[in-house]
Amino acid sequence: MLDNIAILTAAPVFNVQLILDGIFIGAIFALAAYGLALVWGVMNVKNLAQGEFVIMGGYFAHVMAGWGIHPIIALIPAIVVMFLFGWGIYRLIIRWIIQHDMFTSLLATFGMALVIQQSLNLAFGPEIQTVDSGFEIRFILDGLVTVAEIKLVSFLLCVLLAGIVVVFMKRSRMGQAIRATAQDPRAARVMGIDTEKVYAFTFALNAAICGAAGVLISMIWVIQPFYGITHSIRSFVIVTAAGFGNLPGVIVSAFGLGLAEQYSGFVLGAEFQQATVVGLLVVVLVWRQLLLSRHRQVVQ
Amino acid sequence: MLRQLLDCRTATAGAVALAITCAAPAQARVDGDTITLGSAISFTGKYSTNGVHAKNGYDLAVKQINEAGGVKVGGKSYKLKVVYYDDESTPARTAQLLERLINQDGVKFVLGPYSSATTKAAAPVTEKYKIPMVEAEGASRSLFNKGYKYLFAVLSTSEQYLASAIDLAAEMAKKNGRDPSSVKVALAFENDPFSLDVRAGVVEDMKKYGMKIVIDDKLPRDLSDMSATLTKAKALKPDLLVVSGHSKGAATVTRQVNEMKINVPMIAITHCEAAKIVSKFGDGANDILCATQWAETLTYSDDLFGTAADYDKLFKATYDGYKNVPYQSAQASAAVMVWKDAFERANSFDTDKVRDALAATDMKTFYGNIKFSEHGNNIAKPMVLRQIQKGKFNVVAPSKWASHEINYPRKAN
Repeated sequence: MLDNIAILTAAPVFNVQLILDGIFIGAIFALAAYGLALVWGVMNVKNLAQGEFVIMGGYFAHVMAGWGIHPIIALIPAIVVMFLFGWGIYRLIIRWIIQHDMFTSLLATFGMALVIQQSLNLAFGPEIQTVDSGFEIRFILDGLVTVAEIKLVSFLLCVLLAGIVVVFMKRSRMGQAIRATAQDPRAARVMGIDTEKVYAFTFALNAAICGAAGVLISMIWVIQPFYGITHSIRSFVIVTAAGFGNLPGVIVSAFGLGLAEQYSGFVLGAEFQQATVVGLLVVVLVWRQLLLSRHRQVVQ
Repeated sequence: MLRQLLDCRTATAGAVALAITCAAPAQARVDGDTITLGSAISFTGKYSTNGVHAKNGYDLAVKQINEAGGVKVGGKSYKLKVVYYDDESTPARTAQLLERLINQDGVKFVLGPYSSATTKAAAPVTEKYKIPMVEAEGASRSLFNKGYKYLFAVLSTSEQYLASAIDLAAEMAKKNGRDPSSVKVALAFENDPFSLDVRAGVVEDMKKYGMKIVIDDKLPRDLSDMSATLTKAKALKPDLLVVSGHSKGAATVTRQVNEMKINVPMIAITHCEAAKIVSKFGDGANDILCATQWAETLTYSDDLFGTAADYDKLFKATYDGYKNVPYQSAQASAAVMVWKDAFERANSFDTDKVRDALAATDMKTFYGNIKFSEHGNNIAKPMVLRQIQKGKFNVVAPSKWASHEINYPRKAN
């Protein structure tokens, strides 16, 4: 462990590699996490199938690549299809659990996650899949740091998608309705907002965002029917750290998580990457608790 | 089960007779001229792909043996038949199904399941009933240190998987005028019993040469990114990178080694074929060394299938959709051949006599030589290292079976 830190101080250039990789993957984490924050904040549904939506997006790109369609182009149909899928799931399942307590939504979405995993397994088999973007690899800093163009492209696409979502939430009628519903569903209903439609739209939007993240992940990493859970955990860590309805917070925590994973992988070894994610969750929860208790004292 | 019930019904006249025959499982192992082997293997779940490969291997050997005159015991010719159950890739289910095969179906001769995990669940059951099992798909060395007497495995055990890469690295160092002890090795192994066995074999052989470990990372079960490990490799410049983490490990390392232009002269991994790295990454997979149990280009041969290449041809002609014959199928076929050989040498269907005949097995097959140690693992067949050269798998080690020269050092694309 210490010798690994020694490498980083002796040859700081490797920090650049870790930071770049951390930021590139952090951007994709941010997408999925923002979707979760939306659903959690607006509907109070904790979607445990978040990672499975991501993996579905990946398999969509995989299928399209099989038909000779470039995965970047597959982004658009993936978003549309996943949006419709999300809408269907809302009508079929989420609608019935939205009024119930937390455990109902956890159980229902966990069940959904299992069904999606097994369906993907039946349809595509348990092998891992990847999609080739065909992009080049760039060298910087005397070839010591490599930047895969696909990572850069997906980073830019993440920024673009996030931008579109932000503008949509701020400017469009539906975006305003979503925010109004998040603040107070009863008041929103009184004002004539069809909250049922808002919920359906929010859930569908989340699925679409996850689908987009999945397409990008299939080009950078590997996908497999049972890989959703790690993406779900990451999303939960990020949203818990940032709080929902806090987009800048989500982005910062996502980058933080990406960096933490890279650095812990380098310094502690690959076996501690996942442990770092969960460890951070504990730290964040404790820290929040402390803040909260101090806040209470002030109120008293 | 249903079919067997119906068989019983047609075979017997009355309901009473039906009850008697069906309740007397001891008759079922050899009825008429048929020897029944039993196997609980994965048709669904995470091992389903390889489970089906193994079943195809079993079936092909059964068909071939039956067509070539069957198994000759006591001057009579018997046909082979296999009863299968789906263990859903779950070890607990494998154990249950073996109880069922033995107690209800009366099977006295067992073919192994797919994977080390399910074989580990199966072995205590066959041991309990003193039923011999020949398995072809469980390589974990923990199967062979429990003192099992009725377990025989035709494949090389997992700690042999990548050990030959160490010998090869030492050979290359000597060729370049360096001492093998100066070789720096980076290890990245998944934290599961199989991969850790592979690692143990590698580390043992490294000690022999006094090589140095510069990276020793454990990969997580749901690995999809190992760029941090590879960044370390870039900094520490090892001479050999050894990775084993099932298909995901193979795919991830192949993708990221190219993406990050990692310039390691030798990269040795497992599961190249299962991960389909050649079709996925094209030139990116070039010069990577892959461990394999068997290759169709090896010069092994026998009287039943002919050479390894003949087996390859026959298998592709029998089953659609195979571009390469997986070694999982080849070793499954070899396991059935071991049964035939043991029955004929035992000249009996007594399980203990057959067990002793199995223990004394010493045969040549298209899959390689088979001779069991007292622990039941095959000690006569080495693991083979193949290098991907221009998209083709060519055997480069051990040198006795090598068909091609190794490309060294590996060039980053």
